[in-house]
Amino acid sequence: MGVEKILLAHGSGGRLTHDLIHQLLLPRFQNPFLLPLDDSARIPNQTTQVAFTTDSYVVNPLFFPGGDIGKLAICGTVNDLSMIGATPAFLSLSLIIEEGFPVSELERILSSIRDTVEEAKVQIVTGDIKVVEHGAADKLFINTAGIGWIRPGIHLSGMNAKPGDRILLNGFIGDHEIAILSERENFKFQGELKSDCAPLNDLIQRMLDVSPSIRCMRDPTRGGLATALNEIASKSKVGMVIEEEKILIRESVKGICELLGLDPFYLANEGKLIAICPEGETDRLLEAMRSHPLGRESEVIGRVVDEHPQKVVLRTLIGGHRILDMLTGGQYPRIC
Amino acid sequence: MCLSVPGKIIRIDENMNMAEVDVGGFLRDISLDLCPDVSVGEYVLIHAGFAIQKIDEEEAMETLNFLKKMAEME
Amino acid sequence: MKFIDEFRDGGIARGLIQKIEKSSSRPIQLMEVCGTHTVSIFRYGIRKLIPPQIQLISGPGCPVCVTPNSDIDYAIALSRRKDVILVTFGDMMRVPGSTSSLLKEKAEGRDIRVVYSSLDALKIAEENPDKKVVFFAIGFETTSPTIAVAILHAKEERLRNLFFLNSQKKIPPAIFTLLQSKRVKINGFILPGHVSTIIGSDPYQFIAKEFFRPAVITGFEPLDILQGIWMLVRQIEEGRAEIEIQYKRVVHKEGNPLALRKVLEVFEINQAQWRGLGWIPESGYRFKASFQELDARNLYVEVETPREHPECKCGEVLQGIKTPLQCRLFRIVCNPENPVGPCMVSVEGTCQAYYKFQS
Repeated sequence: MGVEKILLAHGSGGRLTHDLIHQLLLPRFQNPFLLPLDDSARIPNQTTQVAFTTDSYVVNPLFFPGGDIGKLAICGTVNDLSMIGATPAFLSLSLIIEEGFPVSELERILSSIRDTVEEAKVQIVTGDIKVVEHGAADKLFINTAGIGWIRPGIHLSGMNAKPGDRILLNGFIGDHEIAILSERENFKFQGELKSDCAPLNDLIQRMLDVSPSIRCMRDPTRGGLATALNEIASKSKVGMVIEEEKILIRESVKGICELLGLDPFYLANEGKLIAICPEGETDRLLEAMRSHPLGRESEVIGRVVDEHPQKVVLRTLIGGHRILDMLTGGQYPRIC
Repeated sequence: MCLSVPGKIIRIDENMNMAEVDVGGFLRDISLDLCPDVSVGEYVLIHAGFAIQKIDEEEAMETLNFLKKMAEME
Repeated sequence: MKFIDEFRDGGIARGLIQKIEKSSSRPIQLMEVCGTHTVSIFRYGIRKLIPPQIQLISGPGCPVCVTPNSDIDYAIALSRRKDVILVTFGDMMRVPGSTSSLLKEKAEGRDIRVVYSSLDALKIAEENPDKKVVFFAIGFETTSPTIAVAILHAKEERLRNLFFLNSQKKIPPAIFTLLQSKRVKINGFILPGHVSTIIGSDPYQFIAKEFFRPAVITGFEPLDILQGIWMLVRQIEEGRAEIEIQYKRVVHKEGNPLALRKVLEVFEINQAQWRGLGWIPESGYRFKASFQELDARNLYVEVETPREHPECKCGEVLQGIKTPLQCRLFRIVCNPENPVGPCMVSVEGTCQAYYKFQS
């Protein structure tokens, strides 16, 4: 594009904005819905229910092992649509860029967005760019909104869990938040610790194909696994019992948590989902999940019960019990 | 009140009296000012960025074996 | 993870619990002094696994919980000076002082930073020569040597801009005060494993010799705690009162003499103020004359008169006289989002543990 840093003028709507769109964005996002570059994209009418969601991304640092803010912005919205059983289709992409932001980093992030959009088989059909003065934003903020088509006959909701249902989780928890923390604090590891950031729509399609009576799904992002489980328990007015020995946590995540006094149940994940299904469908569903690259380490981690409604109880490694509450306040590293 | 964790010494910097330890794959630099007499491969107890004591592996094994036996009796 | 996972074995735990059941013939109350034990006991659900006649009471071993409002207010006042960077362990961020907390002050724009180690304070002082860096030094005997080392380094490097706000405490005098007061019936003590790594077993002898109670220095993994409880039950059943070491892999009778020497190079023993327990003789430190210049209390600030919420029962909870359930503020007014007292802020605080883990 010929410049190294984003200038305020890039957000003014004039020639520089035009250059930015045509030289950085269009080459990466080619589809008939975006190309007219009209004020709105035209979406053909659908006969099924439409799902619609939005999220903003302000993560710092922008780049971390396993991903960056761009990948996150697509996965987050794709996953939100998928969690209610929708096939994600069209996304909007809005950027708020701080004056002085290096164009090379912007290009890197845009390429990452393009790669993720291709992987998730969705399209960016509309968007916006604003540039604000130095200090008015922390480097780059992204907002994505998305629409998807809900499969007929599928009704997933946090209110649907019933006693007897089983709770499934597709793999290791804590990777994302620890990857971010380690980038920020310059932590080192033997081997790699990467964010699990990934689009889950394909995995979810396979799951719904095999088990259309899944009650609900949820991605345990901010607040971690414990918070997500509590949200469902509270909406469905049921209790839950989770088996600690079934929860997978990588050694290095365990190591950091032990050293800093963090609880892995409250760490954010960006490539994980909880699925609640009727008991009879558990084996089939587990097999389907394990057959997918993003579900190889899936486990049945617990069950829904009618005792202690709205409380999630953890059966500990030694057979005791403790209540897994929602995240309250935040987690600080501690010495005590 | 004393969150302390075992870690394995993988490198020692004698000049600075520091060591690099491995806690389940997480690598950390800690001070040996309170526990200078250690070698690579040994385990130490780590608190607030310092090694505060060497872990006696034999005692650990003895404790575990004793507990195993106790748990099995009757 | 080595030396951790093996001590969390469910099969051995079940066997140990059976042994405890078989050995225990009467109702007893055991005090687990250390907040890290409180957390571990709740984390693994140990309270309900052991026979009901064995009651575990939480004690005052949570340094956050026993820090008096006056010290927190002092830290807050220091942080309000434009030339000060206040450095603290994460534990203290949300503890309410009389009218504010470090977290609230940070939101107001004060320069307050969380560190993992006292040595990080040295780095911050080196990197900010035009600021006064104040380290809020809380902790028990496990942490004091690490603070002493930082002070010694500061003196060696002739760092003129690093200060320490001393709020450190010693555990055995608090145990002495509890036993003297007789307000709680305690049949035996689960003693803090990591404090004892530093101080050894001798400082606890008075528990057995003067007060005829058994005490076991215990580690923090579930098998350690279960073994510690079993050893205490056995002592009580056999009519013995001794100081035993369960946590043999790191606790020796003499502790860590080098660490103890470092502390006494910098500090002299002094009385200290404990929330809930009042002033306890010889339970804290003051700077030795040659290190006086590093005392943060030399810096001029105006500190408000400390106040505590009249209904907050933290003090009695810390002594084991009341449980959080007996505090009118518990859950209704005082919870982890809006803590009134420190027992609700600290992960080790009895009130927070009850709030989060109790069914």
